[in-house]
Amino acid sequence: MANKTKQEWRETTLAPALKRAAERQEKFETSSGVEIDTVYTPEDLPDFDYIRDLGYPGEYPFTRGVQSNMYRGRIWTIRQYAGFGTAEETNQRYLYLLEQGQTGLSIAFDLPTQIGYDSDHPLARGEVGKVGVAIDSLRDMEILFQGIPLDKVSTSMTINATAPILLAMYIALGKKQGVKPTELNGTTQNDILKEYIARGTHIFPPRPSMRLATDIFAYCAKQVPRWNTISISGYHIREAGSTAAQEIGFTLANGIAYVQAAIDAGLDVDTFAPRLSFFFNSHINFFEEIAKFRAARRLWAKIMRERFGAKDSRSWMLRFHSQTAGCSLTAPQPHNNIVRTAIEALAATLGGTQSLHTNSFDEAYAPPSEEAVTIAVRTQQILAYENGIADVVDPLGGSYYIEHLTDSLEKEAGEYITKIDNLGGAVAAIEQGYQQREIQDSSYRYQKEIEGGKRTVVGVNKFVSPYPKIVGLLRVKPEVEKRQKERTAQVRKDRNNSNVHKALKRLEDVARSKDNTMPAFLECVEAYATLGEICDVLRKIFSTQKEFLVF
Amino acid sequence: MNKSRIRVLLAKPGLDGHDRGAKVVARALRDAGMEVIYTGIRQTPEMIVEAAIQEDVNVVGLSILSGAHLELFPPIIEGLRKKGREDALVIAGGIIPEDDIPTLQQMGVKAVFGPGISTEDIISFIQKEITQHSAC
Repeated sequence: MANKTKQEWRETTLAPALKRAAERQEKFETSSGVEIDTVYTPEDLPDFDYIRDLGYPGEYPFTRGVQSNMYRGRIWTIRQYAGFGTAEETNQRYLYLLEQGQTGLSIAFDLPTQIGYDSDHPLARGEVGKVGVAIDSLRDMEILFQGIPLDKVSTSMTINATAPILLAMYIALGKKQGVKPTELNGTTQNDILKEYIARGTHIFPPRPSMRLATDIFAYCAKQVPRWNTISISGYHIREAGSTAAQEIGFTLANGIAYVQAAIDAGLDVDTFAPRLSFFFNSHINFFEEIAKFRAARRLWAKIMRERFGAKDSRSWMLRFHSQTAGCSLTAPQPHNNIVRTAIEALAATLGGTQSLHTNSFDEAYAPPSEEAVTIAVRTQQILAYENGIADVVDPLGGSYYIEHLTDSLEKEAGEYITKIDNLGGAVAAIEQGYQQREIQDSSYRYQKEIEGGKRTVVGVNKFVSPYPKIVGLLRVKPEVEKRQKERTAQVRKDRNNSNVHKALKRLEDVARSKDNTMPAFLECVEAYATLGEICDVLRKIFSTQKEFLVF
Repeated sequence: MNKSRIRVLLAKPGLDGHDRGAKVVARALRDAGMEVIYTGIRQTPEMIVEAAIQEDVNVVGLSILSGAHLELFPPIIEGLRKKGREDALVIAGGIIPEDDIPTLQQMGVKAVFGPGISTEDIISFIQKEITQHSAC
């Protein structure tokens, strides 16, 4: 009895039970189609070595977490992605969120700001202030942070192609407030590769884009040492329909490309690697997600130490923000989304996230209303303070299932990285459409599973019932576009235009050279050159990039 | 007309890069035997009208998640009318608040397919509309 094997148990106990009653599904699978066994035992971890595979929290390979005591010291940062309309409206939302106990800011920019057009550009028609706040010049940033001292908050900016410009505005705003660059805390997403793969707000071709990204690494290492220079993002790759294994495989492969590009630009790995950060999706499959975060940490630690020879232990640490899965929200029966989000948020915290955004229940319709976002913030506070979740580090470590899944996801992700290496690295693979095609296949399979009833979505393909319409959805009014255009016109009138021309000319010269572009961006924004004017200079020099793989 | 395959232009007006839905629908319509032309992201209304004329499509599907539909759909529908293609079946999908649907229908959008809709529903809607149309 003591030495009974899993196989023996299968024959003597499980098989007769299955004969009496079949299981609810023929097969149980992970998001990438790996079959899940009935139960996991020590036999599933034959080579398990505690110190090698897990180690202690805060120590290599960081499977259990990047800090030694995790949330017993400080709770993860509650950071809701927010922005809509003009800077005034978004400023009001930030003040409200801070009042509710949010601990970090996260700026959502509108699409023209992300793609390098001013609000009065013809392509900005209808888009101003819709999915985020419109920022055309430093003037808008001054309004956005009215009453918010930059040395008292950390600010994350979801900004990629135009990241250096928004970072320059933030530094310039700090100076105006009397806050030194060395005192600034925050993150620029600055991850252009996943834009080509999944999110679509790229402007320039990969090569000049990678140069702009690594210019930020080099500049911040000296001038803004507490800044997270990049947030290498799997979130959007997953939202586009990838599996969990693809999410971490493709994201870490992008990470490798950035590290290599910075080394090739002459930087020492340990000068910039400690400021790299990551961003993942916390999706609906609870255990798989927890294992995914643990696998990503272990894999990145090995990559940084073994592949790149990093010596500083901070270079080995994968620190990450997470957001619950937008694509798991349903339009029917929208209040069910509160429950989905709570479970996904729990997975992120059990997976050791450093900061978290919880989606609001109305986001299948519109940006969140104040009521909806308050519930989302409270969800995190309940997890942080009521359930004892934050009282111990990596509570699921050592679970046979979790450790088996962690191993299996690390292996699958590692295989994707090898495949991408063989294609010539992340940039070359993107140019060949490899990641895009893989994601399209996964997302189509996912949709077929829902429509075929293999995957249950409560309220959509099962347990369907009438539901009341949500009232009080947030609407961005058309006047916003008008007001924003007027303000930008006023900025152009009030500024010293010869300073603007001088700064733009200097940017042009620097962009054509090999010098770091950040000081020139800073000079442009301080002269109140607009984002669109700055991007016009860059478009002229770098040219623009279309999608690599349309369909 | 009945014998030829249904030709569909799927387009993404505006600046948003969320193309998961458009690509899934493109593939599902193709699997259902339709001829699908997908434009890719960041299309202006003018580009979409031009593509619809060039490709001589029966159906124009617009996918948008940025909230710019009330501004970007009218020039598309107006453009089709000006080019004598008001017969094209215009449908939409993405993140579109329910309150806007009557306005869009008045403009000439025949149906709006929101999140959670099945591709089967889109396929059967198109087939029904196009058959009825060509029977007249």
